[in-house]
Amino acid sequence: MKKRNLLQRSIIIGIISVVGIYIVIGPHGRRPHGKDFTWSGIKQNLADNIHLGLDLKGGSHLVMRVKVEDYLKRLSEDNATAAANAAKDAGFEVKDAHAETSSGNYRVILQLADASKAKDIQAAVEKKVDLSSNAGWSYSLSGNDMSWSLSGAMQNQLAENATEQALKIIETRINTLGVTEPTLQRHGAQSSHQILLQMPGISDPEHVKQLLKAQSRLELVHVVSPPSPSSAQTYSSREEAIASLNNGGNVPTSRRVLPYTERAELNTDQNNPTAPKPTKYVVIEVPAIIDGSELRNANAVQAAGGADDFQIQFALKKSGADKFGAWTGSNINEYMGVVLNDEVKSIAYIKSQIYDTGEITGRFSKQSAEDLALTLRSGALPAPIEYSEERSVGPSLGADSIRAGVRASVLGLALVVMFMLIYYRGSGINAVIALLLNMILMIAGLIMFGATLTLPGIAGIILTIGMAVDSNVLIFERIREELRSGKTVPSAVEQGFGHAFVTIIDTHVTTIVSSVFLYFFSSGAPMIRGFAVTLVLGLVVNLFSAVYVSRTIFMWLLSRKDRRVESLSI
Amino acid sequence: MFQLFHEIRIDWLGKRRFFIGLSIMLMLAGMGTALYRHKFHPGGSDAFNLGVDFKGGTVVTVRFKQPPTVEGLRAAIQQAGVRDAVIQPVLDKPGEFLIRIPQQSAAPGAEQTQAGIDVVRSNLGNAVKSFGQGNADIVGTDAVSAVASSQLRTQAIAVTVAALIGMLIFIAFRFEWTYGAAAVIAVFHTVLVTLGLFSIFQIEINLTVIAALLTLVGFDVNDSIVIFDRIRENRKLYRRMSLYDVTNLSINQTLSRTVITSGLVFLSVVALVLLGGETLRPFSLALLMGILFGTYDTIAVAGPIMVWWERKLEAANKLPAATARESGLQPKQVRGSSKSVGNPSRAA
Repeated sequence: MKKRNLLQRSIIIGIISVVGIYIVIGPHGRRPHGKDFTWSGIKQNLADNIHLGLDLKGGSHLVMRVKVEDYLKRLSEDNATAAANAAKDAGFEVKDAHAETSSGNYRVILQLADASKAKDIQAAVEKKVDLSSNAGWSYSLSGNDMSWSLSGAMQNQLAENATEQALKIIETRINTLGVTEPTLQRHGAQSSHQILLQMPGISDPEHVKQLLKAQSRLELVHVVSPPSPSSAQTYSSREEAIASLNNGGNVPTSRRVLPYTERAELNTDQNNPTAPKPTKYVVIEVPAIIDGSELRNANAVQAAGGADDFQIQFALKKSGADKFGAWTGSNINEYMGVVLNDEVKSIAYIKSQIYDTGEITGRFSKQSAEDLALTLRSGALPAPIEYSEERSVGPSLGADSIRAGVRASVLGLALVVMFMLIYYRGSGINAVIALLLNMILMIAGLIMFGATLTLPGIAGIILTIGMAVDSNVLIFERIREELRSGKTVPSAVEQGFGHAFVTIIDTHVTTIVSSVFLYFFSSGAPMIRGFAVTLVLGLVVNLFSAVYVSRTIFMWLLSRKDRRVESLSI
Repeated sequence: MFQLFHEIRIDWLGKRRFFIGLSIMLMLAGMGTALYRHKFHPGGSDAFNLGVDFKGGTVVTVRFKQPPTVEGLRAAIQQAGVRDAVIQPVLDKPGEFLIRIPQQSAAPGAEQTQAGIDVVRSNLGNAVKSFGQGNADIVGTDAVSAVASSQLRTQAIAVTVAALIGMLIFIAFRFEWTYGAAAVIAVFHTVLVTLGLFSIFQIEINLTVIAALLTLVGFDVNDSIVIFDRIRENRKLYRRMSLYDVTNLSINQTLSRTVITSGLVFLSVVALVLLGGETLRPFSLALLMGILFGTYDTIAVAGPIMVWWERKLEAANKLPAATARESGLQPKQVRGSSKSVGNPSRAA
């Protein structure tokens, strides 16, 4: 009976060990061949099998936040403009329209000349602009002020949508860039609107950062100016532009004043051919003729100005082309502007009706034109993003960390093994076998679950050595105690394991409990997660290696000797 | 048999006044230093040397082929418009520097959204490039914005508290809630003492240190559980013995395990301190200190608190006279406990 039990245990341990060793150093996804049994083959397989974290193999870890408050602010302002225009179109007088946006509070306000018409105005506005209660806007009237405020629930929903949209756009941009094996996901609490991007192998992410951040909000607008042949109306300061509107120093809702840097022409000044011209200001009409959402394609092409002069050619979708064609057809000789991120890039008059193509000029370099085309193709970000965390590690620094971690592990292991062999003599061998098996199975577990090994993960492995040894110490000390109290060797071993087992379970479960907490509360710190994962894996494996395996070895020792075992090397 | 401790009969609980006093002193020393720094050196030295993870800012690791002097590097960095940079040569790697830059806004006039980590990083890149193309290489960057660092700070505290509560519940479920409370108080003490030492020696506190503190929490509670397990077992074996004696006996019985395990973990951590490199140093140091105090506090803090609490409960349940006969505690404390239940003998 006992013999069969022992055989059964040995077979289980044998199978698990072989499978574990194969997972760690065997080839995955192909049949093993001769080279897999050489030292270099084993090393190669080991490197292939273990997924190293960015801190070990090099790469960047970027956390960005979508500035959803900017998105909601823009939405409110656009709605205020649209509401005022809708009211005016319906023949009502509106004295002022603006949006009030303080933290967590977004309101669209129309100031009326005559509050008695509020009901009709509300109907006229809500027919054209989606400020209905279904869209989360609640209407109220106080004095001459009509106001719509956005409910908290709808704010959250819109912010969430904006974040998801930003995530998709960033994904497109990353894919077009051809970053290898990027990880892109939401980060932290959902309400924090953060996105995590990990890029292995890229240790200097500056270019990618700039590219992802580019808002690329494109608008084609009507510039307020007398038509060609007189030149386009520009102003030398913002104040001058506002004064030209004759609106008491305010910009009416149907107009905007934007900066415009005229394109520097080549060869006007031999010494400084591309000297920047001073910034001017122009007045444009709101709303825009069409915006970037109508883009079908955008490409960087070389312009007439020379080898370092590039421009972006774009094509519009069907719906955009229809709108654009209709507008250009009826506005021959009027001036049109190309606005990128609230800055006028170029102004030209309409020579003839244009349907679906256009270009953005502005003396772009090849790189910046290509970047702009790429970001235009991916679509505009719904809101600006800001970087809140950047961690990048070069491959050499990572390699140093691996070396340091491996050295520390080997030294730690060597010290522990030495002590166990000296202090527990024969039984020390038992502990050492259990310890080595623990390390192998732990790494096998990491590989099997596809977990990544990080620097704190290596620290977790070193600590597991400590925990694994603790189980053996607990058992051995208990066996010694039982022996001292005069028990026979087999019964001392039996009792020692029995008593120590309860304690081992208790200690392991407490540490697992704390590691699980660590895991769930560390969503913002992937590094700490790596540590928690290795620790839990190590503890679970330890229950097998320190208790089951160690006990089997004792059983085997006892069964080999005579029926009456007199002494035990412990 | 080669053995560390044999047949020891130390009256650990009898020395509880000394132990608890020492613990309180250690805690006060650490927390006192932190408070002192906080109060009397505003802006000069902080209570804790928080890393970029918790304070925000940027740390850049630069590797030079032909390293400049620290002064030269500082001048170049200032030239590039980066203020308050702290330059620290990496001891074990010649030619490598850690450049720490506190949270700062961009040059005046720049857009606020452009401020912070983006600007610092690119300015620093320019400064480093001024030492010649190919000579310098930025091999690592850690930049954390103010918002992210405060999130991480909140999260670190939440994790620690959650882990402590989780353990309290588990021990209360496996033993008694007094045991759980005693273990958790002991652990909390270790965490405070370790943090105090970090304040005294101004060792940087970063995310890995939090991981280390949580590991300590685990190890420390382990130690307590080993003793509590023994107490539970011994109480069944020696029904006549007082809790005071059973606790002493259990601590003594498990003493060799406690010392050997802690010693071995200590050895692996020493390996980590020596060879684990600059990046893991704060982590390793936190573990090193924590294991020392964790081992001490299981014996010196967890045991006495648990016995004292259990006695209080017992005294509240029984007649004071009976408690005085059975108790191994000082008469003064028994009097205190009888007062606290409002002298039930007279009421009866």
